[in-house]
Amino acid sequence: MCLAIPALIKSIEGQQAVADIEGVTREISLQLTPEAKVGDYVLLHTGYAIGVIDAEEAEETLKLLREMTEAG
Amino acid sequence: MKYVNEYRDPELGKKLLERIRRNSRKHIRLMEFCGGHTVAIFKHGLRQLLPSNIEMLSGPGCPVCVTASMDLDRAIAMAKLPDVIITSFGDMVRVPGSRSSLQKAKAEGADVRIVYSAQDALKMAKENPDKAIIFIGIGFETTAPTIAASILQAEQEEIKNYFVLSLHKTCPPIMKAILDLGEVKLDGIICPGHVSAVIGSRPYQFLADDYQIACAVSGFEPVDILLAVDSLVEQIESGQPKVEITYRRGVKEGGNPAALKLMDAVFEVGSADWRGIGVVPESGLQIRKRYEGFDAAKRFDIKVSTAKEPKGCICGAVLRGVSTPLECKLFRRLCTPENPIGPCMVSSEGSCATYYQYGEGSGR
Amino acid sequence: MEDKILLAHGSGGKLMHDLIESFMPELANPILEKLDDSAVFDVSGRLAFTTDSYTVNPIFFPGGDIGRLAVCGTVNDLAMSGAKPLYLSLAFIIEEGLAVADLKKIVGSIAEAAGEAGVKIVTGDTKVVNRGSADKIFINTAGVGIVPEGVNISAAKARPGDKVIISGNIGDHGIAVLSKREGLKFHTPVPSDCAPLNGLVADILAASKDIHSLRDPTRGGLAVTLNDFARQSKAGIRIDEDTIPMNKAVMAACELLGLDPLHIANEGKLAAAVPVENAERVLAAMKRNKYGRDAAIIGEVVKEHPGQVVMKTSLGASRIIDMPVGELLPRIC
Repeated sequence: MCLAIPALIKSIEGQQAVADIEGVTREISLQLTPEAKVGDYVLLHTGYAIGVIDAEEAEETLKLLREMTEAG
Repeated sequence: MKYVNEYRDPELGKKLLERIRRNSRKHIRLMEFCGGHTVAIFKHGLRQLLPSNIEMLSGPGCPVCVTASMDLDRAIAMAKLPDVIITSFGDMVRVPGSRSSLQKAKAEGADVRIVYSAQDALKMAKENPDKAIIFIGIGFETTAPTIAASILQAEQEEIKNYFVLSLHKTCPPIMKAILDLGEVKLDGIICPGHVSAVIGSRPYQFLADDYQIACAVSGFEPVDILLAVDSLVEQIESGQPKVEITYRRGVKEGGNPAALKLMDAVFEVGSADWRGIGVVPESGLQIRKRYEGFDAAKRFDIKVSTAKEPKGCICGAVLRGVSTPLECKLFRRLCTPENPIGPCMVSSEGSCATYYQYGEGSGR
Repeated sequence: MEDKILLAHGSGGKLMHDLIESFMPELANPILEKLDDSAVFDVSGRLAFTTDSYTVNPIFFPGGDIGRLAVCGTVNDLAMSGAKPLYLSLAFIIEEGLAVADLKKIVGSIAEAAGEAGVKIVTGDTKVVNRGSADKIFINTAGVGIVPEGVNISAAKARPGDKVIISGNIGDHGIAVLSKREGLKFHTPVPSDCAPLNGLVADILAASKDIHSLRDPTRGGLAVTLNDFARQSKAGIRIDEDTIPMNKAVMAACELLGLDPLHIANEGKLAAAVPVENAERVLAAMKRNKYGRDAAIIGEVVKEHPGQVVMKTSLGASRIIDMPVGELLPRIC
């Protein structure tokens, strides 16, 4: 369940923001992620950001994946 | 797409599969709880690619499939009221209740509109002040906070014609209920990634502690799912079940506190009727008294008769992981996506629709 | 002139006469100007004849409108038989209250598309119905064309060994239209691909007359077209997910709404089944045409699994591509 896709916050006005995914843009709500900033990637579900993507953790995961799959 | 394409890398996927094949010895049963995971697994052909000693079962994590017939009948009855606009996510519109569907009601003259977001429904409420806009609230803890937010926004902006029919349900209680039924023996569970973005990983701890079931909180791309299966295999082979977050970019242990707070402000926990399973205590979300002005169930008190499930339909057993669609006598013969009999065939992420769409067991 | 279309505009009297007069400069051609009850013309050769009705909502969308669609859709149906499109009929059913300015814009688009395709609108009809009996405007176009000697194209002619080619990015049109739907509104940077393809087909036939199947993947998307080929030809089709051309933004919109790009309508693309010995030459010819720049070979026709379309996924597994069921519905799950 729960289609949520990573979207980039382009601008914020109050509790609304403009989110961008590869040029597709839509106005979304940041009511659930008041800490989101311009430049953050958020998980976008039905027009609401439900979480801010942790860029560091993403890097860590990719690093781990590469190590795992090299070592075998 | 950033944070998506990297996790579709076929090279990483192939290497993870090799790793899983190497490390997995025991015959194990894993359940992917969430409908979104079911679809992703089929779409990328992961069942074919995983070694045969890993058995994958699909669980009841499809909020559309588990919406009780009576609840749907109530929504359809509301659609037929004068000066009402029903707004719904696309998923619900073709699901058959006991007699009809929202789509059929629309064909008969009801004003049923599909929206992408509760905010779109709020906009319709503002643009149609002389109508009552009823939003059909389905979904688990991923969606419930967004609906809660829409109710708070309606209150703030003094929108008086917006109502929510809350059919929201929660995940950890249904996981416990399924296990307590004792019908399935599971070694591991792939936990829903976006529900967990909201609720975190702690609510699943009881699965590891009390049921000795390995848990991995997974994302939805093929590499994410394989990473989760890899974690489960490791936990099971080492005999040390725990709850591991493999979707680390999306889920924190404590979840999203702001979302949880909003959800708690608007909703209270109550029992819920799960189609094919029955009433499960503490698994549903009802709108609190403070916000009863937005509660469609209170404002439009509609009585509907008890629904009977269609004869021969085994959606219940499929949802509980006891049977696969292939064991259903109606599957593919009488029950098809064009003519669905049960909810598992209508919902785009229902097991039956997925099996049908992606050709599992079609004997090619 | 009035600024809104009234019932009187459809009742045959002066208002209607004036309305039609106002269209004439843009659609002008000797046959239409006669304004006879039927258009009369000479043709020789095998006639291709098709009709389609257009009810798209919204009527204006990024990259086009219902007028352009009404011309290109019918021109393309003729082109898919290999025919050179010649003449179109044009019938409007207008809901009373439609803004005359909107109608003028639509007529303008029709004229432009017809000009680009090299077809003439030779006969037409205008009706106006009560408010609520139509959704702003419905258009029907019928078209005739001539199929050149030696050209025999059919969805039933695909043969094992043929290559399957798509003329460019899929999904553009459907997403452009969805972006303007009430309840969904989002912005897409990719306009509808609505375009007349008779020029592209002429280029394909110039490269090789021996084309087996051609079809434009409109409603239901590429999935429907490939299934049509497979079922009618009683052959299997295998495609490779990694070779299917798609604009990144369209893929993003599909992810956003939970839609399968293979199910989304295209209005300026064609799929072809071409004998393997001609495939590369045909592909090169397509790429030289402005509507075929992103053409690609995406798979082949096979003996196995007749009637079924199977796709190899990025990870190397296979899955069946079935027809979509019912309306395209965005989902949350």
